[in-house]
Amino acid sequence: MPETITRNSHLSVIESGIAPPAITLQDVVFERQGKALVDGLNLTLTANGTTVLMGPNGAGKSLTLRLMAGLIAPGQGKIRWNGVETVPSQRVALVFQKPVLLRRSVRANLTHALKTYGVPRSAQPQRLEELLKMGNLTELADRPARVLSGGEQQRVAMVRALAARPKLLLLDEPTASLDPQATAAIESLIRTAAAGGAKVLLVTHDPGQGQRLADEIVFLNHGRVTEVTGASQFFDAPRSREARTYLSGHLLF
Amino acid sequence: MQDFGAAFGQAFALIAGFDPALMEIISLSMRVTFSAVLIACLIGLPLGAVLAVGRFPGRGALVVLVSALMGLPPVVVGLAVYLMLSAAGPLGVLQLLYTPTAMIIAQAILVTPIIASLTRQVVEDMHGEYDELLRSMGTSRVSTVATLLWDARYSLLTAALAGLGRALAEVGAVMIVGGNINHVTRVMTTAIALETSKGALALALGLGIILVGLSILVNAGLMGLRKSAERLAYA
Ligand SMILES: Nc1ncnc2c1ncn2[C@@H]1O[C@H](COP(=O)(O)OP(=O)(O)OP(=O)(O)O)[C@@H](O)[C@H]1O
Ligand SMILES: [Mg+2]
Repeated sequence: MPETITRNSHLSVIESGIAPPAITLQDVVFERQGKALVDGLNLTLTANGTTVLMGPNGAGKSLTLRLMAGLIAPGQGKIRWNGVETVPSQRVALVFQKPVLLRRSVRANLTHALKTYGVPRSAQPQRLEELLKMGNLTELADRPARVLSGGEQQRVAMVRALAARPKLLLLDEPTASLDPQATAAIESLIRTAAAGGAKVLLVTHDPGQGQRLADEIVFLNHGRVTEVTGASQFFDAPRSREARTYLSGHLLF
Repeated sequence: MQDFGAAFGQAFALIAGFDPALMEIISLSMRVTFSAVLIACLIGLPLGAVLAVGRFPGRGALVVLVSALMGLPPVVVGLAVYLMLSAAGPLGVLQLLYTPTAMIIAQAILVTPIIASLTRQVVEDMHGEYDELLRSMGTSRVSTVATLLWDARYSLLTAALAGLGRALAEVGAVMIVGGNINHVTRVMTTAIALETSKGALALALGLGIILVGLSILVNAGLMGLRKSAERLAYA
């Protein structure tokens, strides 16, 4: 029975011509050691555009991304991807705050991803070259991935995520250790992905980056959303006290 | 002392002259040891990986059992295999006792727990690191295991070499199930034991020198592997 309901609600959404939300979190709670680290989170992300997730250290941003990628399950509440409760993992890509690269060359890391994402063997070499070029990694292609610098590793992780041609791209501070040039390159990759129809959710502590990329800002504090605001308004005048304090550089309590 | 020096001289002469008796023993040793380690790898690698990644009832007990089996005394393994293969034993009809096959079986039993246990440890650590990445990519269970085994290749080779070292130096088990029969089941370690007891020091020393050389080679291989794994950050 529930199946029918899901399918019907799907249909009605398609018929009404409104794309279903990329992802919906409803009263999501995630606890560890009796502490609610994500504490009744409600959030709906539309299927398009770039949403930037901001908030102080320990606010629960990375946990929220891992919940959205289906890597951890909420203790309470529901998460829906395109209206259903199972994560379509091959179309959801996550770039971790600390890049995890395989013990192989850069090239082999990307080939592994293309294979895992089901790209046909014949199409792999060309896609591989594209990805290498995108990340400005062509010259590093045959280096062992784990001897690269932090920023180079982050670039590999970023283009590896793009190998999935994801519908939902979750980025956890992907430019935190990049130089300005590499940051600009990654930002342009993010714009391209968003323009190509991917939903991007980006965590950053850099207000400038937020201003450059965001359509809307979600502000998180103590595992709760304090506000969801259009980008230009947020940086002019955030509505929540927590966001005002964060932007002005004061400690939150 | 005179004798001793002479024995050394003769030993080197045997090695340098590729003495047929010496070569026969060495080649059987190699055949038995490499076959045993190969079999141990074929069983131990997947077993270790399943123990590392799998979640099933009895897993904990199995992990403890496998690590306990690492310290099996070779003579006890020899005895157990002897009982299985002896004419009155359950596998007596196969008539394998006192053949190289029996020695391979005994050594494989000795080495499998070592390889399985080391594999489990290495793959489990790596799984902790890769788990979320691989799940976020929607990796299937089978290719998760394949990815982990491949990425652990340096450590797994190390484990295989450790198994090789143990099998090569082992004497108790192969003595019991092989019987140290000349031209049939005589390997380096059993030959050294016998020749020494007979006072035929030249052959014993020659074999001993080769055995030490091989052991140094295995350890050099281990060190080389570790070094290049570190250099490539694949450790
Ligand atoms: N497995 C866990 N067990 C216990 N506490 C955890 C666990 N994972 C995260 N936490 C805690 O949950 C809180 C939120 O963590 P999270 O990594 O989501 O923060 P964040 O918003 O991403 O911070 P940052 O800006 O520093 O990356 C932190 O206080 C962290 O210590
Ligand atoms: Mg974080």
